[in-house]
This record gives sequence, structure tokens and C-alpha cells, in this order.
Amino acid sequence: MEDMLFYDRMQFAFTITFHYLFPQLTMGLSLMIVYFKWKFLRTHVEKYNDAAKFWMRIFALNFAMGVVTGIPMEFQFGTNWAKFSELTGGIIGQTLAMEGMFSFFLESSFLGLFLFGEKLLGHKLHFVTGFLVFLGSWASGFLIIATHSWMQHPVGYEILENGKFVLNNFGALFSNVWLWPSYLHNQAASIVTSSFVVAAIGAFYILNNKHNEFGKLFVKTGVVFGLISSLIVAFPTGDMAAKNVVKHQPVTFAAMEGIFETEKGGSEIVLIGQPNMLEKKLDNKIAVPNILSFLTYQSWDAEIKGLNEFDKKDYPTNVPGLYYAYHIMVGLGTIFIGLMFFAVVQLFRKKLYTTKWILWSLLFMLPFPYIANTTGWYTAELGRQPWLVYNLLRTADGASPTVSSGNTLFTLLGFIGLYLLLGMLFLILVGKIINKGPQTINA
Amino acid sequence: MELFWYIVLMTMLAVYVILDGYDFGAGIIHLFFAKSEKDKKAITNAIGPFWDANEVWLIAAGGVLFFAFPTLYASSFSGFYLPLIMILWLLIFRATGLELRGQIHNKMWETIWDKAFGVSSLLLALFFGIALGNVVRGVNLGMVENGVSTQEAHYFFLPLWNTTFSPQAEHLGIIDWFTILLGLVAVVTLTIHGANWIIFKTNSSLNTKLKKIIFNLNFVLLALVIISLLVWHVIEPKPFHNFLKNPWLFLFPIITFTGLFGLFKVKSFKKEGLGFLFSSLFLFGGLTSTVASIFPKVLPSTNAVNPSLTLYNVAAHEYGLSVGVYWFVIAVILVAAYMVIQYKVFKGKMDNVGYGEH
Repeated sequence: MEDMLFYDRMQFAFTITFHYLFPQLTMGLSLMIVYFKWKFLRTHVEKYNDAAKFWMRIFALNFAMGVVTGIPMEFQFGTNWAKFSELTGGIIGQTLAMEGMFSFFLESSFLGLFLFGEKLLGHKLHFVTGFLVFLGSWASGFLIIATHSWMQHPVGYEILENGKFVLNNFGALFSNVWLWPSYLHNQAASIVTSSFVVAAIGAFYILNNKHNEFGKLFVKTGVVFGLISSLIVAFPTGDMAAKNVVKHQPVTFAAMEGIFETEKGGSEIVLIGQPNMLEKKLDNKIAVPNILSFLTYQSWDAEIKGLNEFDKKDYPTNVPGLYYAYHIMVGLGTIFIGLMFFAVVQLFRKKLYTTKWILWSLLFMLPFPYIANTTGWYTAELGRQPWLVYNLLRTADGASPTVSSGNTLFTLLGFIGLYLLLGMLFLILVGKIINKGPQTINA
Repeated sequence: MELFWYIVLMTMLAVYVILDGYDFGAGIIHLFFAKSEKDKKAITNAIGPFWDANEVWLIAAGGVLFFAFPTLYASSFSGFYLPLIMILWLLIFRATGLELRGQIHNKMWETIWDKAFGVSSLLLALFFGIALGNVVRGVNLGMVENGVSTQEAHYFFLPLWNTTFSPQAEHLGIIDWFTILLGLVAVVTLTIHGANWIIFKTNSSLNTKLKKIIFNLNFVLLALVIISLLVWHVIEPKPFHNFLKNPWLFLFPIITFTGLFGLFKVKSFKKEGLGFLFSSLFLFGGLTSTVASIFPKVLPSTNAVNPSLTLYNVAAHEYGLSVGVYWFVIAVILVAAYMVIQYKVFKGKMDNVGYGEH
């Protein structure tokens, strides 16, 4: 039984991690494309339209990848998590079905018009189709996070004698305290990814001394969107999301922060250190006293519960994994704010395009928002373990009873091979678009 | 309430089959009959702006299945694990074939993605037919061995095949001669359907040839349908029970045969959309007749120990089903509006849309 669960979890983790590399860009990028198109409508300066069309190309590839890797996600609830689906389908099926009906139809119907309809529709209607694609992708994110929030913090349900969860308050799914902070945090983080990607391609052009006009536009737009979104990711949304964890999942919070024992007189914030699960302490720790208590409760000596206060069977299944995921996310988020801050300062001093170290940093930062987004989701998902529905349904009780580990490993290997192929093709094709540049590609 | 969602789900599945069905059919035609670059282009143009939205019907139907009939979703998705995951892989290949072909102008690159698109379309048609065969044949619910359930009463698992390939074997497989028969029906039907769509949406030089192909395949289809009806009693001793009890249900088979016989006149159609209309009628009638014959069962049990899954014993709770009606009605109105806009913008012949050209 144990290894059945292991492969079910691995397959879900692998496919969702790969999948989310794409929507995190498309959600943020759709907003930036809509911005470029809007700017063009207002100023009639051709370069904005070219920029919109250039990013549309990259958007289209990402979107296609997101769609084809997204369908296996919906299927896997049933194929690998049948028991979970059977017990909670009446509730999470609600939000997932809404995603299909409200978001996927909207996106898929207007994406084609957006990609091929500029001449057919004229600029104003073309802008509208772009806006509708943006709306569809953000609606999709909203309904997924509504589903996620219900699993983290179940509301509006009752449990029948046969163990089934049934909905008794539809509105509660959308007024869930978990939902709005998580959603805004996630969407801001998605704009961080797209800002860094746009800025990195801009920096690439300037440093190579080609497509300079677009290079400057991309860097400028990227750093302004980037600074605003990185700040929103940290405050207020990240702060609110963390406070939800403290309040509703204190054991998760202890593991995230690496607090093994409750400290009297206030908790320190750990910057670096490796969780040592054998001796129940952090090795090689660098920490600042009392900061965590202040950040959490706005009081320097507030007490934060350590792992020692909880039953071991309720610990997150992978404490070190959770701790690292959280610290990588927070560390990168801090670096993003710092870099974007300097970049915007240089922009105002009109020196951004000649400040080499910032341009190089922007270029090399390209993978890191992806890592930050991914580790952010790992924090949420590993943090919810060992539960599927927090405090109510354990992960071990949600897997499909009849799908053997051999069959799941078979399909997992298939997914790994297929996704590696897709990933390589994707990189080749995106590289080709970037290399051609905005003018050639739209000609 | 269960009945409402049952009708919704079946309608969505039928819409999916009719819409994505023409994409599969176009893929099969592309694989076997399109030789010149111009014909290939015409075919991908004819489905290019639509296939993605068509596929959404499958995802949306899956969502409705999950939400309205969670027990059926859980039972069938885990039980038909392997073919479902393979369908996912094929859908991925189909999509990459269509979307990547035009990205690089190189003969070898184009050939690879042409084949990926064609072969995955063919296999998808076959798999979906086999899937329908599995649902009507039923499965060993509860995985009964020697009269004792080894799993909860509504769970099962099927390997791809057993050694006898018989639908009456004790240990069933996904593929047996009965499900293969329905798989073939699906391939032939969707080939005809796809050909009709291509005739409708393009001025391809293939069109005259396609009419001949449709005409000939229609005889094959008629033969396959007759064989299926003759062997149907193997899986269901009283296949016409529901129809005799509620004679209005005969409407569905009548629709089926209207579509089938209408297509024999394909060569003399003045309006080119007519062929597509008839093959759509055949698909709609065929699917509805099939589910009507097993109603209210949604997944029959092949053993005497555990009862069949019916729409009543797999449905979600009353409140959720009722509240779902509100958002669903709004969503359906929106979806209808999108479809009107989409098909209006891309109306008429599509030979020169330039789909996928970069």
C-alpha cells in the first residue's frame, strides 16, 4: 500500500510542477500584453503593437503547453485519487466544473481570434479578445485556488455518515478566508514571473545590441511591473497568507519556519540552517532574534508554537522539504524586491539601459521567479500534508484503491518522457522567436 | 435533479463527440488521403481555429461528471486507468502535431508532426469507440472473485486485455472483440464525419474524392452497425427492453438511421453542410440510442454480487446539484454566445486562413 501512495504522489507532483511552469507565465503575461495593446490604442505608436504581437507569440506557445499539460491534472483526481474524488467531488467538483465552463471555453474561443484575428477584427476588437483571454486565465486561477483553499481550510460542508463531504453553503466556497490572500498572492507572483521574463528578454536584446528599441521597452515595462508585483507578493498578500497558516495550521507554520521548540520571550527568524530531524534542531543556523514574533503578531515577545507541542502523526510529512521550499521562496522574493528596486531607481535616473550589472542580473534572474513560484506551491502543498482535506481526510485515505503501483509507475515514466520531449521542443521554439525578435517576427 | 444532470452530461458528451469527432476524422483523412501540401494545408485550416475549443467540451464534461456524479467519476477513472492516461498522451500528441507543424519550415519536421496528428487522431477515434464498448458491456464491479468482492462494491480495475479477448470472460479486459467492433464503428463514423467537415469548410481538390470515400465507407458503416446490433445480445440479453417500454425512445434510433441513410445521397447534395448534418445526426442518434438502451445504468455490473452503477446511486448530494443549476445555466448561455461569435468570424471556406503559419 505504501508504495502505491508514493507513486500516486510522485505522479501528481511531477505533472503539476511541470504544468504550472506555463500558466504562471501566461496569467501575468496576458496582463502585460493587454497593457501593450492598450498603450498602442492610446498612443498609436507602432512599437507597442509590435510588442503586443511579439509577446502574443510566446504567450501562444506557453498557453498550448499549459493546456496540454493541464488536462492530465483534471483526469488525475479520478485516476489516482479516486477515493478523495468520491468523498469530496460534490464540493471540489463544483469549482472544477465551473473552471471548465467559465474559463476554458472563454480562453479557447477567444485565443484563436486573438492570435489570428487582428486584421479581421480591427485593433479595438482585437484588444477586447486579448482582454477576454486575460479574464479567462485569471478566472481559471481563481477557481483552482478556490478548490485549493477548500482543501486547506474546508468551509460550507457537512460530513455524512458514509464519510462523504457534501456542500451546504455554496457562497462559503468564495468567502473562504484562505481564498483571497492566496489568490492575490499567487496572481501577483505570476506577474513577477512575466515581468522578469519580459525584462530578461529586454536585457538580452540591449546587451547583444540588437532590437534596442524593444529591449528598452521590455526592460522598462518589466522592471516597473516587477517592482510593484514583487512588493504585493510580500505585502500585504504574503503576510496575510502566512497569518492564515499561523492561525489555522500552526504545526505547518512551525515546520516552515524551522521552529522545533517553543521559545520563551519571542521567536527568532531563521535565515539559514538545515533541519536535523534526528536531533530535532537546526544545524548551522543563522538567525535574528525576536523578528518572527514581531512579523507574526506585531509584538517582539509573542510566543510561537514549536513542533514539540504537536502530535508527531500530524507533522507535515516532509518537514525539511517544507522548510526549504518556504525559505527558498522567501529568500528569492526578497532578492526580487531588491533588484527591481535598484532597477527602478536607475530608470528614474535615466541610467537603466547603461547600468550593465542590472541588465546582466535581470538576464540571469530569468529562472528564479519560476523557482520561487514552484517552491511557493510546494510550501502550500507540503504544508497541508499529511492531509488532503486539512484535519479531515488524510492523504493515505484518498488514493485509488485498485490502481497498482506498477501501473502508476508505468504512466509516471510515460509522463516524464513525454514532458521532457515537450520541454525541449518548447525551449527550441521559444528560443527561435526570441532570436528573430519583434520586428522580423511580425513582418 | 439527478436526471437533469444526467441529460446535461450526456448532451455535453454528444456535443464533444460531434465537435472533436470532426477533428479526429480530419486527422484520419489527413493521414490516409491527403497527399499534396495544399490538401494538407486545407485540412488543418478547416479545424485549426476550432479544435482547442472542441476539446474543452471533453474537459468540461469531465468537470460536470466529477461534480454531479463523483462516485462514477472515481470508479470509472480509476478502473479505466490505463486507457484514460493513454488517451491523455494521444491528446497531447494531437495538439502538438497541430500546433508545432507550422513553427519550423522543414520537410522532416513537418512530416513528423503530420504523422503525430494523423496517427493520434486515428487512435483517439478507436479508443473512444472502445471506451463506449466498455461502458455498455460493463465491468466486474467490486472485483468479485469466486462470489466474493475483493474491493468496495463500486471499484474495479481493468487491464488492457485478457488472453481470450472475450466480452463474456470472467476476467475482462479493455480490448475484446466486442469493444474492438465499437472501436471500428467509431473510426469509420468519424472518418465520414471528418470528410463531411472538410467538404463543408474547404474548396480542397480532395472534395470530390472525399464524397466517393464517404459513399463507400457508408456501406462499411451500415454493415458494422448491423453486425453490432446482431451481437448486442451477448452483452445485454434484452437490448430493446427500454425502447419497448417507452416507445418515444425510438426517436433516437430513427435519428441514427436518418443520418446513416441520408449519407448515401452524399454525391448529389447541393448544400455542402448537409453531409455534415447527416453524420452529426448519426453520431447523436447512435450515442443517445446506446445510453438509452442501458438507462438508468451508467456502468453495468457483470457480476451478480454488486449492483450496477446507475445515475441515482452515483450522484452528488441534492443541495450541490441544485445550486449548480444556477451557475451552469449562466455558463451555457455564455458558451453559446462564444460559439456563435467563433463560428461567425470563421464562417465559410477556410482554405486561406493561414492557420499555424509563423
